[in-house]
Amino acid sequence: MTQELLAVTIDGRTVRVPKGTTIIEAAKQAGLIIPHYCYHPSLPSPAVCRMCLVEVEKAPKLLPACVTTVAEGQVVHVHSEAAAKARESVLEFLLINHPLDCPICDQAGECELQNYVFQEGRAGTRYADYAKRFNPVEDFGPDVLYVANRCILCTRCVRFMDDVAQTPVLNVSERGDRAYIGIMEDQLLDHPWSGNVVDLCPVGSLISKDFLHKARAWDLDKTASICPGCSQGCNITIDTRDDVVTRLRPRPNLDVNRHFICDHGRLDYRWMNRGDRVEAPLVRRDGATQATDWDTAIHRLVELTAASGPVVVLASGRASLESLGLVQRLLAHREVTAAVQLPQGDEAALGSIAGLALRSERAPNGAGARMTGYTAGWDTAVARAGAAALTVLLDVSLTDSEVASIQGSGAVVALATLDDPRLTFAALTLPVSTMVEENGTYLNRDHRAQRYLQAKPAPGMARPAWWVAADAWAAGGRDRTSLSSAAEALVSLGRDFPTLAGVTVAELGFSGRVLDGAAAGSAR
Amino acid sequence: MGFPHPIHPKETPVLSTHFGDEGARTFAGWVQRGGYQALKKALAMTPDAIIEEVKASGLRGRGGAGFPTGLKWSFMPKGDGKPHYLVCNADESEPGTFKDREIMRWTPHGLIEGCAIAAHAIGAETCYIYIRGEFTDPLRIVQAAVEDAYANGALGANVFGTGKRIEMVVHRGAGAYICGEETALMNSLEGKRGNPRIKPPFPAQAGLFAMPTTVNNVETLAAVPHILMRGAAWYAGLSLSNPKSTGTKLFSVCGHVMKPGNFEVTMGFPMKDLIHDLAGGMRPGRTLKAVIPGGSSVPIMNRDEAEAALCDYEGIIAQGSMLGSAGFIVMDDSADMVYQIYRLARFYAHESCAQCTQCREGTAWTTKILERMLKGQGKQADLELLLDLADQMTGKTICVLSDSCAAPVVSGIQKFRSEFDAYLSGARAPALAGA
Amino acid sequence: MSGHAAPSASGHHEETHQPVFVGAPREKLEALFPKYPTKQALLLPALWIVQEERGWISPQAMAEVGEVLGLTPAYVKGVVTFYTMYHRHPVGRHVIQVCTTSPCHLCGAAETMEALLQGTGCGELGITSPDGRFTVIEVECLGACGFATPILIGDDFVESVTPERVSGILERYP
Repeated sequence: MTQELLAVTIDGRTVRVPKGTTIIEAAKQAGLIIPHYCYHPSLPSPAVCRMCLVEVEKAPKLLPACVTTVAEGQVVHVHSEAAAKARESVLEFLLINHPLDCPICDQAGECELQNYVFQEGRAGTRYADYAKRFNPVEDFGPDVLYVANRCILCTRCVRFMDDVAQTPVLNVSERGDRAYIGIMEDQLLDHPWSGNVVDLCPVGSLISKDFLHKARAWDLDKTASICPGCSQGCNITIDTRDDVVTRLRPRPNLDVNRHFICDHGRLDYRWMNRGDRVEAPLVRRDGATQATDWDTAIHRLVELTAASGPVVVLASGRASLESLGLVQRLLAHREVTAAVQLPQGDEAALGSIAGLALRSERAPNGAGARMTGYTAGWDTAVARAGAAALTVLLDVSLTDSEVASIQGSGAVVALATLDDPRLTFAALTLPVSTMVEENGTYLNRDHRAQRYLQAKPAPGMARPAWWVAADAWAAGGRDRTSLSSAAEALVSLGRDFPTLAGVTVAELGFSGRVLDGAAAGSAR
Repeated sequence: MGFPHPIHPKETPVLSTHFGDEGARTFAGWVQRGGYQALKKALAMTPDAIIEEVKASGLRGRGGAGFPTGLKWSFMPKGDGKPHYLVCNADESEPGTFKDREIMRWTPHGLIEGCAIAAHAIGAETCYIYIRGEFTDPLRIVQAAVEDAYANGALGANVFGTGKRIEMVVHRGAGAYICGEETALMNSLEGKRGNPRIKPPFPAQAGLFAMPTTVNNVETLAAVPHILMRGAAWYAGLSLSNPKSTGTKLFSVCGHVMKPGNFEVTMGFPMKDLIHDLAGGMRPGRTLKAVIPGGSSVPIMNRDEAEAALCDYEGIIAQGSMLGSAGFIVMDDSADMVYQIYRLARFYAHESCAQCTQCREGTAWTTKILERMLKGQGKQADLELLLDLADQMTGKTICVLSDSCAAPVVSGIQKFRSEFDAYLSGARAPALAGA
Repeated sequence: MSGHAAPSASGHHEETHQPVFVGAPREKLEALFPKYPTKQALLLPALWIVQEERGWISPQAMAEVGEVLGLTPAYVKGVVTFYTMYHRHPVGRHVIQVCTTSPCHLCGAAETMEALLQGTGCGELGITSPDGRFTVIEVECLGACGFATPILIGDDFVESVTPERVSGILERYP
């Protein structure tokens, strides 16, 4: 079905876009962001901030680019004198009541009011000695603070709760310059997706209590990643400061999570900073555990995996495709029972976006694990471990009774992140990186393969688990090819798992791709 | 009728014939006075025929926009299968305007009849009459008249036995000037904040409850039965000046005149006569200084402009202002122009819905600057600032409330500069106390 | 200027909210249901019924209205706070709304307002008089500019109010 394309010229650049496209969207395709506040691609457009007014030839007035659709041959000027003056005046109007809180406001450095004022606002205000309107700070709920004085009434938060979350707990109260965002006293902003209003807020009016005064935006390093909270696979950005994870925010992906992540995923990052890590390979001999070098450790791993007898593999649902796949390859000649640990929780859908929810499977790579053969039931596998010749643990957290169960195993190899004093009996403990400390790939519930990137260095001598398995594979003599990157690992796994054949990181890029085979639906 | 005064010989009573006549409020009384013949006639006509008649009459929206009514009705889709709505805008809140309340208080059946005819013409089976919450008497009277009309078969599932359904519902507003804007009114009716909507979509495509809707002012609808009974040619012939302004209009005159009231005259009537003759002219010893003709949302006219103007849409544009709702605020030489403009700015700041940045912040800022000037603390630069703000508040917003705030400010500074200078220089003592 | 009544000293603490929409008020509301295609459109009429019954609209009443119409309390509050005529705090037995917009100001509205504040004993706008009888608030154009100064006392629209007429008018409201 061909769509009618219309040609529109914006600031001298001509693009052809489908009929019904707004000028603001057409401008993006022309490589131009028209300044705006209330507009957001995932929200209905009210055209209230008036920041996006542009000059359209033959139109008598400036038109709002966020709701005006293109017409054939339309000529638009974003940087004409009239449009620039209008933006300058909107900024001046917004600043008359907006307090000069920048020195104490968390939004500084990533504030759209700062950005546009710096870009095209006035150097000084003419609102000389008049009093600014004052409203008190309000605690909206578990994580959200509303600093009313900073609010520019763009109403993105209200529209998000109304139209996207479909839970109208925020309103605009009062009228005129007395207006503010209101909430009923006994109705908290505790919707499972409410944290998104903090991201949506262009200024520092809605702020996260969790992030309050923790870091300056310009001190943060930002890395593209995938939320490890559940099987939805929302795209995120991990913000770190001096290699400490400080904040998680959504990264736009129109097919998976649009512009949003749930509060569970957003706030569950503290485990990423834990210091109680295994930092060196540990070998147990004659009842004593000794730290050693990787060569020795790999050699021991080859010994343990080369023997005969049934093997049980218990893997974390956070383990990467690369790690899961290469561990399977390492053990391919053995009789393997492989299970993946998948914590469960309540599902929490995001109202109006079909295919987007906090999923009950609270692990990011359950689908990847199942695809790479981790299909046994968890309890069954744990029970078998007691009688297995070898039990391999891949970053799992075990209950006391599960630890007791695997103690009967002939030998236990723990590829571990956290240092667990209960597992000192393990024959070999190998320090591995968490998903924050490595590159890797996850398969979400729709079988979309998505990459995540390393946001901070792994502690001590820890390495990605796939690297450990690959080195052992190579050292075992079965294959002289050694793999030196997650990208190579993924390509290499194409020969073990047909679904991964031909998949490369280059084509996955930053938005991923649904692999051929089942697709459970998408968030479009 | 120069209600509450006796009819002046220069008036042309059409809508105001029965102002003051309590007998006109009942169905029986209205029928006795010739009422409901027009509705019966309309029900025997096709909607298209009615629309053509109204078009030919030249009737234009009396709420302030002056848009040709027949043309507006013709925008409604035909055969689309969706419910159509007629909304009667009785939210009269424009300062200086007080005509619709008289139509509702004295001739409610005339309004009901006009609404019913309009509903038939636009294919609507339901009409909502949105009356501002403060109009307690019109609410009571119109509600009683609607019930009376239902009881007598003029409304309901089978109007006058024709099989046509026309339902009418009185809906009470709750105190918001902006709900007089047609899209804000629709939002308010739907149970929302009275925020104006962006257009497109236009009401005729997607209006009340997202259905095709026409919103008309009380006075516009009240004229319709007269047009149908006496003919479009008659109405179009009532024109003293520009043929594009036809019929009679109720002019609400208030402020510094001896006989404030509503005067019904033919379009094109000289403003000088309206003020100095019909409205009784100035108070003893006073001279005319300024007139805001459109309700307050239009440029202020000085005496020369007012006395030269003809009262129709084009005539007032020719003198630099707009007819609007024809609510004339008359000010004599005792009026403090700066204070009056400040008080109007304060009105707009209070009524701003808060959506658009320029309006929300600009109306309040304008008010503060003027307030400070009245306290004797203004600066010369304030005048340039006021004009610059007014420029940025014009043509930039979803609705024209901020333009309406700007108009008196710009025209006031232009035409009464000396009064502003008097406050700025200290020649005039502060009118407001405080710092 | 105060377009809204201020909280009175007596306050409105934690008395349990007695439902408004039972019996006659409920029937009144339900009679309106067939006249609108959505329940949401009943919001302004429902709020008027609350104010007629209780004199003002409390947060609990807002929640009740929300429940009856399928709207969240926050949504109802957003609508209530938009409109000037809904009182959000207890008010005197008779609420007096006096217009002071330009046309009325030209005709002496400021003096009328002052006379009302003195005559009622309120002294200040938005405050309920000590005897609980009156609250005076200043409002914008009441649409009776030719009959300055108009006031609304409760639902009674009284026109042409001058300072001289004030005490006579107030007497009619015990």
